[in-house]
Amino acid sequence: MADIRLVRGDLVPPERAPRRHLISISDLTRDDVERILGTAKTLARSLEREVKKLPTLRGRTVVNLFYESSTRTSSSFELAAKRLSADTMTIRAAGSSVDKGESLKDTALTLSAYDPDVIVIRHPQIGAPQLVARYTGASVINAGDGKHQHPTQALLDLYTMEEALGRLEGLHVAIVGDVLHSRVARSLVQALTLVGARSTLVAPPTLLPRGIEALGCETSTDIGSIAAADVVYVLRMQQERMEAGEAFVPSLREYSARWGVTPERLRPGQKVMHPGPMNRGVEIDPRVADAADALIESQVRSGLVVRMAVLYDLLTTGPVAVAADAMSVA
Amino acid sequence: MIAPLHAKPGPAAQLWITGARVLDPGEGIDATLDVVVENGLIARIEPSGSSRATNGHRVVEAAGLVLAPAFVDPHVHLRTPGREDEETIASGTAAAAAGGYCAILAMPNTDPVVDSAAVLGALVELAREEAVIPTGFMAAISKGQAGHELTEMAELADAGAAGFTDDGRPVVAAGLLRRALQYGAVAGRPLALHCEEPTLSRDGQMHEGAVSAELGFTGYPSVAESVMVGRDLALAAYEDRSVHLMHLSARESVDLLRGAKAAGLRASGEVTPHHLCLTDEAVRSLDSNVKMNPPLRAEEDRQALLAALRDGTIAAIATDHAPHARHEKEAPFEAAPFGVTGLETAFAVLYTRLVETGVLPLELVLERMSAGPARALGLPVPRIGTGEPANLVLLDLGAAWQVQENGFRSRSVNSWLLGETLHGAVRLTVAGGQVAFEA
Repeated sequence: MADIRLVRGDLVPPERAPRRHLISISDLTRDDVERILGTAKTLARSLEREVKKLPTLRGRTVVNLFYESSTRTSSSFELAAKRLSADTMTIRAAGSSVDKGESLKDTALTLSAYDPDVIVIRHPQIGAPQLVARYTGASVINAGDGKHQHPTQALLDLYTMEEALGRLEGLHVAIVGDVLHSRVARSLVQALTLVGARSTLVAPPTLLPRGIEALGCETSTDIGSIAAADVVYVLRMQQERMEAGEAFVPSLREYSARWGVTPERLRPGQKVMHPGPMNRGVEIDPRVADAADALIESQVRSGLVVRMAVLYDLLTTGPVAVAADAMSVA
Repeated sequence: MIAPLHAKPGPAAQLWITGARVLDPGEGIDATLDVVVENGLIARIEPSGSSRATNGHRVVEAAGLVLAPAFVDPHVHLRTPGREDEETIASGTAAAAAGGYCAILAMPNTDPVVDSAAVLGALVELAREEAVIPTGFMAAISKGQAGHELTEMAELADAGAAGFTDDGRPVVAAGLLRRALQYGAVAGRPLALHCEEPTLSRDGQMHEGAVSAELGFTGYPSVAESVMVGRDLALAAYEDRSVHLMHLSARESVDLLRGAKAAGLRASGEVTPHHLCLTDEAVRSLDSNVKMNPPLRAEEDRQALLAALRDGTIAAIATDHAPHARHEKEAPFEAAPFGVTGLETAFAVLYTRLVETGVLPLELVLERMSAGPARALGLPVPRIGTGEPANLVLLDLGAAWQVQENGFRSRSVNSWLLGETLHGAVRLTVAGGQVAFEA
């Protein structure tokens, strides 16, 4: 195991990479995913030290642009950038020019005037990160665009699964709940397929998008089918994305009775994950959320190192081997 | 009742078009001929080089070019009144002329809606001042296109309405559509229907299928169109009235139309160049210029549309030219409005993507862009025949050109073809006996 010694070498920031974005898991190859997860592991060890800050991205600027509420994602991106010594700036729609009707294009142009290296964007509309990428010279990271993609969530979920189960290849993950409105589900299915894992989407028929099997997953409307999986990944019922009067399920009571993840529906030893925020008592029984087999807090911890790894990966030229060199000089 | 097409008066064309391959599929003409236009009418059609006297005609050397009946577009949004920043009658008809069109029909979903003789009258006046080619105005079926009360269809027809449609939205209430079919007989103008069941298309951003599932967009399923096509055809059959179905996109819709026609219903349908050339796969780009209503559908739908165009189930190609302000289209896909421009690229894209590749014969495309739509909407059919009004387009099939923002006569640039190189350029358009465009 390479030990990380922090020294003169990392005072020199790595060479600037050709501009890349992380907008969708479909932008990545298996090698990309493995490299990022490898970098995350290396970085995780650096966080075990007393001084948790690395000078790797000193002088770089990371802008977080959040048009939707977020606790986990925005805080972990901000902390990830800070741990790598980048300058960070977080802009939220409320209280900004967006409130005054500024278009996304104009906001992108305005922020680009500061010449940021990375713009992390969360937006309620599909396609917002592509639009920003068109009007900025920065690398764009999609931190969630509508129901489309949330690639860093999928990467941190892979990291968490590998940490807990020791492998990804051949793993079977049941993804349960409101698939229709879930960018997490779409990103995760693609990411699992990429690394050779299996996924089964389990949901009421009205919350399973028609044609989703083309992503390479199986589907089921029977909650009993989660028993076969190594990991049960519970999705949040996204009531905020459902228009009033649009009854995807007759009631939340019926939903939790039929599809809620309860201790009775799990096998002993099955790992349970949830991207948060949870609706306890709706999609997940509180006893499940608090059980020892729940990896929900690990997911949050993984979020930090994986987002550090993504920032590092986008802003440096090399794979993890080079990264380790850049970080350890005798 | 006045004629339903209106244009700015101008000098009648005096042309001697020499040596072109004259191609009028409807008249069975395909030969190298000279066409002489006098006072805006086709005076003589003769073997090339047989006559020398010019009589003050302008000579157009057209060897190597194709001369065909000019195009008719039954479905154009001119955005006037209300959104003159996006299109005006002058800019929209100039775009149409540059695309080879000799007649277009403008949709009534403007602000205010064309639902009264007063609004229609103002448009007719404006067209007489600035329309470069003969332009017809469709009036709304329901007041304010709100779907509740019929417009004064008889008075609107007298004031020059070319027909009736609530295009942009469907006639949701079956009872109202039945009234429109019954009462429309008095007006004597065609009824054109936008078929969309709004509780099924609800919030839909693109075709429902594997691509929408992957991208996360709310799907706008084919059945949202076909269920309304079925309903509208059933009502038309019951009332024994003809209907024109706009911008068909789904295989099931085409099957229903074919069946209704076989059963004797007088119904027609139209299809756009984008539905003939693209599928929902194009939406992966998340480019707001591939967002339209109805949405781009699956390959099997596209093939069904091509088959319907070949067998005549669909007799008309319509652009559904829908200009949008740049700042409104420069938005995330989900926030951008539906619609793309098409007048200036329609022939060239069909020629490049479908004729040159052998999917459709040139004659068929020419017919479905001209006589087909004219018949469907009850407009004069452009013909190359002695004594006919000159409605001609001269095409350079060998010319390659690039679609560029600064090349449009339209005020809007929301084309799905920006940056593409197309083959087939319009060199000359004669519309209603006047030279409307010359490259």
